[in-house]
Amino acid sequence: MDLFDTFLNAEVMRRSMPMLMQGLWITLQLGLASIVAGLALGLGLAMVRLYAAAPLRVLARVYIDIFRSIPLLVLLIVVYYALPFVGLRLSPFVSAMSALTLVSGAYTAEIFRAGIEAIPKGQFEASAALGLSPTQTMVDVILPQAVKIVIPPLTNNSINVVKDTALASVVAMPDLLKQATQAQALAANPTPLIVAAVIYVAFLWPLVAAVSRMERRFAARRR
Amino acid sequence: MTGFVSIRNLRKSYGSFEVLRGINLDVAKGEVVCVIGPSGSGKSTLIRCINRLEGFSPESEILVDGIPVATGRALARVRAEVGMVFQSFNLFPHLTVRENVMLAPRRVRGTSRADAARRADQLLARVGIANQADKYPEHLSGGQQQRVAIARALAMDPQVMLFDEPTSALDPEMVGEVLDVMRDLARTGVTMIVVTHEMGFASQVADRVIFMDAGQIVEQGPPAQILSNPVEPRTRNFLGAVLNH
Repeated sequence: MDLFDTFLNAEVMRRSMPMLMQGLWITLQLGLASIVAGLALGLGLAMVRLYAAAPLRVLARVYIDIFRSIPLLVLLIVVYYALPFVGLRLSPFVSAMSALTLVSGAYTAEIFRAGIEAIPKGQFEASAALGLSPTQTMVDVILPQAVKIVIPPLTNNSINVVKDTALASVVAMPDLLKQATQAQALAANPTPLIVAAVIYVAFLWPLVAAVSRMERRFAARRR
Repeated sequence: MTGFVSIRNLRKSYGSFEVLRGINLDVAKGEVVCVIGPSGSGKSTLIRCINRLEGFSPESEILVDGIPVATGRALARVRAEVGMVFQSFNLFPHLTVRENVMLAPRRVRGTSRADAARRADQLLARVGIANQADKYPEHLSGGQQQRVAIARALAMDPQVMLFDEPTSALDPEMVGEVLDVMRDLARTGVTMIVVTHEMGFASQVADRVIFMDAGQIVEQGPPAQILSNPVEPRTRNFLGAVLNH
């Protein structure tokens, strides 16, 4: 079985597994940190975009549009290779996390905004009539309802963030992909790449399936 | 004489269209006022101005218990004194019935959870739905939801209750249960301003009926006079159209 020896070589798999696990661990850390930071940034941006004074609203909008337009790989390379020229030298992890967060925040802001705008006006009016402050209205009434609506798109965005962590391998970040390419070089065999691909899918498939399930359930309820 | 709720020269425009064209109105403490009139007459806008859900012209003045309905801190004070019940209930769907009633006392007044829960259960008993307290609004009928909305507003111990067509979105068989709760409330001496199409309720419960048309108060007086012997032709036309079908 020549094909098996080439792509799924048991010996190479066994030897490269520790490296791949280290890479996976870094990928998960980077993904999770960027998702959480992106959610916080996105929520803040959505608030500014919706409720701040007019000039700040415009700024938030410009930010959101720019960071949804820029290719993540370009941003990552700018952060890692260009910023040192102005004295800002970030580690590969911080560079990758910054780039992922800046972009994820822009998408998340639009998702939160859509969710908040989907809440009927009557909810805001009932809160105001009861004497709740705008912040209390947001925290106690609007966001709990809005977040429920946007869980599927937020999950989709999180999947994208985890996938995009693979780009961090270009700034010498020892993530899952980088470790796999190094293991491949060491073993002169592509098995580690195949294993890495399988690991990505194994982690993300359940999330993709969960989003589909949620979307079906939401659609059924709306009918 | 200025009333507990005092409205002076209330004007509001949407672009060039004037919805409210100089309303003057005083409502005494404990008075029950029903506002009637054709749709588009500005009656809902009028009561939505009282807690400033709608802004109004700066030359206008509204006082509630002597406090001007302005913006900022004063507005928060006014809103805490003024309860409102909406046509479409506007209950919070992610909270149980009891939590709906508890939210504002806890957040705005800082009431403890236990006290707020106890008070909520009292109020829910008063509007006849004590046994639904742990359900979510979507599992209640329209009439029940509107009664929860009344309990939610009462939880802030408001001095004034505003009702914006509270029975218009209800199936006919549920109108009665909501009007009964409002009737009981009127007896307790709460000041009430009710925008309604329920002429029976107006004639039995109101101290005063106000007929509005085209952004103005056309005629007002005791229900017997306005509903049975209106002076103004516009009032007569409206009542003729409403009552003879």
